[in-house]
Amino acid sequence: MKVKQLSLFLENKPGALSRPVKLLAKAKLNILTLTLADTQQFGILRFVVRDWQKAKQLLEKSGFVVKVTDMVAIEVADKPGGLADILATVEKARVNLEYMYGFTLKSEGKGLLAFRFDDPDCAIAALQKQGISPVGSVELFKRLDG
Amino acid sequence: MYMSKHAKELNGSFHPLSAPDFLPLPQLRDLQLQRLRAIVQRAYDGVALFRKRMDERGLTPKDVRALDDITKLPFADKSDLRDTYPFGLFASPMKDIVRLHASSGTTGKPIVVAYTQEDIQVWTNVMLRSFAACGLHEGDVIQNAYGYGLFTGGLGAHYGAEALGATVIPISGGNTQRQLMVMKDLGVTAICCTPSYFLHLIDQAPESGVSIKDLPLRAGVFGAEPWTESMRRRIEADSGIKAYDIYGLSEIVGPGVAMECQCQAGAHIFEDYFYPEIINLKTGKPCDDGEEGELVLTTLGKKAMPMIRYRTRDITALASETCECGRTLRRIKRIGRRADDMFIIRGINVYPSQIETALLKVEGALPHYQIVLTREKDLDVMEVQVEVTPEVFTDTVGALEQLQNKLAKSLESLVGVHANVRLVQPRTIARSEGKAKRVIDQRKM
Repeated sequence: MKVKQLSLFLENKPGALSRPVKLLAKAKLNILTLTLADTQQFGILRFVVRDWQKAKQLLEKSGFVVKVTDMVAIEVADKPGGLADILATVEKARVNLEYMYGFTLKSEGKGLLAFRFDDPDCAIAALQKQGISPVGSVELFKRLDG
Repeated sequence: MYMSKHAKELNGSFHPLSAPDFLPLPQLRDLQLQRLRAIVQRAYDGVALFRKRMDERGLTPKDVRALDDITKLPFADKSDLRDTYPFGLFASPMKDIVRLHASSGTTGKPIVVAYTQEDIQVWTNVMLRSFAACGLHEGDVIQNAYGYGLFTGGLGAHYGAEALGATVIPISGGNTQRQLMVMKDLGVTAICCTPSYFLHLIDQAPESGVSIKDLPLRAGVFGAEPWTESMRRRIEADSGIKAYDIYGLSEIVGPGVAMECQCQAGAHIFEDYFYPEIINLKTGKPCDDGEEGELVLTTLGKKAMPMIRYRTRDITALASETCECGRTLRRIKRIGRRADDMFIIRGINVYPSQIETALLKVEGALPHYQIVLTREKDLDVMEVQVEVTPEVFTDTVGALEQLQNKLAKSLESLVGVHANVRLVQPRTIARSEGKAKRVIDQRKM
């Protein structure tokens, strides 16, 4: 039910982002979605690729510090209140949302968002109880192909 | 022979040539006095600069009657070597000199040092005793990653290790991948290099498919740059080996002036060949036992280039209590700083070793760092760049900022001056194959 995300430590300086991006491109690893967190001095690049093991190995070999985190991909109705419903469910389960970002994918009036919870398993259980089923990586990649 | 009772009880690692390490003190002092008188005579006869300084003070070699009389003699320092470059301090004719080495010469001309055949034998002897002191012996496979060439580290360690009967791999410095391959494939049990280079090897090992902890490697003989006790603990924890501190300098002989024994409680000075004093940095007066000051060394057995009261610029203290290992040789406290490495920031004296200690105090913090000094609007700014490692990298900005703050706080409380901490990507700080360059001073004075 979880999707693996890679996080990368980057210094905040020109060219810092293009190095890892070029490495991935050369290895024909497509970034499915990404987000960038930044401070004045450093940043964290977070992204999802299909073959995360290969990407991790490649980046580490080039000297990057890489962290793997579990994300939960959830379909959210593309209408006012769509996100609020999801959040209400996880809040009730006392799970903290650390950050989130979107996939460009949209189907049948639903958007797809990637959530980072402090306790992903607890969040998934709470969502499933409410009849909301997160999108696992197999399903996710299938949709991206389709 | 000289061997004390304690020495006889020592385990198999004891080498017969280590016997002078255990000389009873009266005998050792007597030997030192004889040798001191001879070397002062030799320097007086053979080195014009030394004779001139003695004459100016109205001294002759005959004035050295007891060991304490050494304090009457003039000091020598690095500038003497530069001023008399290249051969001015030689006491032997070139036909008796079998080897020349030279320092890296970061400031202008290098300094040149010379050895007679006998000097080489003395050097070999103290290096052999260095290896024996940390438990190495015949059958050990020693990877010598000190640079071979003009630098004294490579050949010094090489001769000593061979004389010990160990198998030497003269790989010299550099080529990290090959170092790791050799370490793994050739059954290396001990390595000689700078502590910072060994950290680099630890870093690179996983990539080369080498797990240092699983190798037969058990000891590291680390020297040629100041390092801290925290760095030792880090190295030992990360590699599973014992890290020993070796001390030396080309002006005196090269590596092998002092070496830690297995008690790791300070480096024993091979006093039968090198006479130590500790002096107050400012006044030049002798320090009390245990008091910190500058290490001053006199070579007691050097023919080609006798050094009388050479100021090393290394700051340490002498411990004269007999060590648990039974060696009667006095020990110097680990040299974490050199008078020359000190920098002044906003009026406060700072040593790189303080920065290292402060960084390693923070849990999970990292051994690769660099200090960059700049001046902004007439104000000194110290930036400490620290490489991020997988152990400390978490996926949230908050956690990284917390780490940054912790490091900055630790620095400020230990050093007493604010430092900007900048987290940088791994391997962005240049690795040196010799001595690590810790401070980059970009201030225009």
